[in-house]
Amino acid sequence: MAALVEFRNVRYQAGGREVLRGVDLTVEENETVVLLGRSGSGKTTLLKMVNGLIAPSSGEVRFGGTPVNAQDPIQMRRRIGYVIQDGGLFPHWTVAENTGLVPTLERWPREKTEARVAELLNAVGLAPATYAARYPRQLSGGEKQRVGIARALAADPPLLLLDEPFAALDPVTRFGMQRHFAELRKAFGKTAIFVTHDIREALTLGSRIALLKDGAIETVASADEFARSTSSEARAFLATIEDGHAHP
Amino acid sequence: MLTREIGSMTLEHFWLVSISVLAAVAIAAPLAVWLARHARGRRWALGTVNIIQTIPSLALFGFLLPVPLIGGVGKRTAIIALILYALLPILRNTVAGILGVDAGVRESAIAMGMSEAQVLRQVELPLAMPMILAGVRIATVTTIGTATIAAAIGGGGLGTFVFRGIAMADSKTILAGAVPAAIMAIVADEVLEWVERRFSY
Repeated sequence: MAALVEFRNVRYQAGGREVLRGVDLTVEENETVVLLGRSGSGKTTLLKMVNGLIAPSSGEVRFGGTPVNAQDPIQMRRRIGYVIQDGGLFPHWTVAENTGLVPTLERWPREKTEARVAELLNAVGLAPATYAARYPRQLSGGEKQRVGIARALAADPPLLLLDEPFAALDPVTRFGMQRHFAELRKAFGKTAIFVTHDIREALTLGSRIALLKDGAIETVASADEFARSTSSEARAFLATIEDGHAHP
Repeated sequence: MLTREIGSMTLEHFWLVSISVLAAVAIAAPLAVWLARHARGRRWALGTVNIIQTIPSLALFGFLLPVPLIGGVGKRTAIIALILYALLPILRNTVAGILGVDAGVRESAIAMGMSEAQVLRQVELPLAMPMILAGVRIATVTTIGTATIAAAIGGGGLGTFVFRGIAMADSKTILAGAVPAAIMAIVADEVLEWVERRFSY
C-alpha cells in the first residue's frame, strides 16, 4: 500500500491559539481514516489542509507524494472530493448540475457528463428521472447529502474528504447513510478522510481512527484496537456508548 | 401644446434617469465585487457613499455648480449628482448580496476546484442577483424623484414643470411634472420587481 496523504509535524496557530501542535499521520490508499475529536480539537483544520483550504503554519502536508503547497490548487482540488455537513450544494443549480460540477469544470463532453451524473445518482439511490431536475431546496437533508456525495465522486477522484457529512441528519437516516457510504466507498475504491465527533460513526466507518485532543493526536488505532484503548480521551468517547447500553 | 411638452420632458426625464442609473451600476458593481473581498476598503467606501446620501439633493446640485470640469449649469452636472445618489443602494446591496452567499456554498465551490473568477461568475453573482437587482430598483425609483430637482440647475426633465409651476404659483403646471414622474416611478418599480423575481431561484 502506498501513502496517499501524509501529515508531517503539522502545526497551526490562529489568533494566538495553538490549533494543531505537531501532527504526524499517514493515510494509505483505499483506507478510511476517521479523525475523531471534540469540538475545537483541530480535526476540521487538519482535513482542510489536505485540499489547501488552510495552510499549516509549519510542517508539511503531502497529497499523492507531492507537498500540497507545491501543487496547482485548482487542479489538485478537482482530484479530491469534498463533502460538508449541510452539503454545500449550489442552491441555483439542479441536482444534475450540482452533481456534474467537476466534470463540467473539466470540460467533459456533455454526453459523458450526463452519463456519469446518471450513474452516480443511481449509485447514491436517487433515481435520475425523479431527482435530476430538482433544486436543492426541494430535497430532504438526507437527499442533499446523497447529492453531495455524488458530486464528490463525479470526476472519480482518488480521495474523498468528508467533514461531519451526516451530523445534521436524524439518527435513522444517518445510520442508513453510513451503511450506504461504506458500500459506495468500497465499490468505487476510494480513500477517505472522515471527520466526526460521533464515536459510533467512527467505529462503523473507520479502517483506522485517529483521535485528536487539543490539536495533537492522542492515538491512532483500528476500530478493534480503539475499543480496547486505555487512553483517557478514548475512554471518554467510548463511555458515551457504553453507559446505559446492555452488553450481550 | 402642453401635452406635447409633457411627452418630450418625460422622455428627457427617462434618459436622465437611465443614463445615471446605468452609470451608477457600471461604477458600483465592480467596486462592490472588490469591496466584498476587502473589509477595510468596505467600511471606508460605504461610509463615504452614506455621507453623500445625507447631503440634501438641492444642496448637492448647488455644491457641484462651481466645481471645474464636472460643474456648471446643465445636464452633465445633474447626471453626476444623480449618479452619486444612485451609488449607495447599488453598492450596499451588491456587497451585502455577495457577502450573504452561504459560507458552505462558497467553500464547496473553492474545494471542488473552481477558480476565483468561476466562484464569482457562477456562484456569488447569480446568488447575489436578486439583492443586486433590488438595489438597482431602489436606486431607479429614488433617482426618478431626485431628477425632478435637477431642473433647478438646468438638468431639464419633468422638474422643469415643477419649478415653473412654483414660480407661477400654478398647481396645474406643478402637477404636469409631478404626475408623470410618479407614474414613471411606479412603472419602473413594477417592471424591475418583475425582473428581480425572474432572477430569484
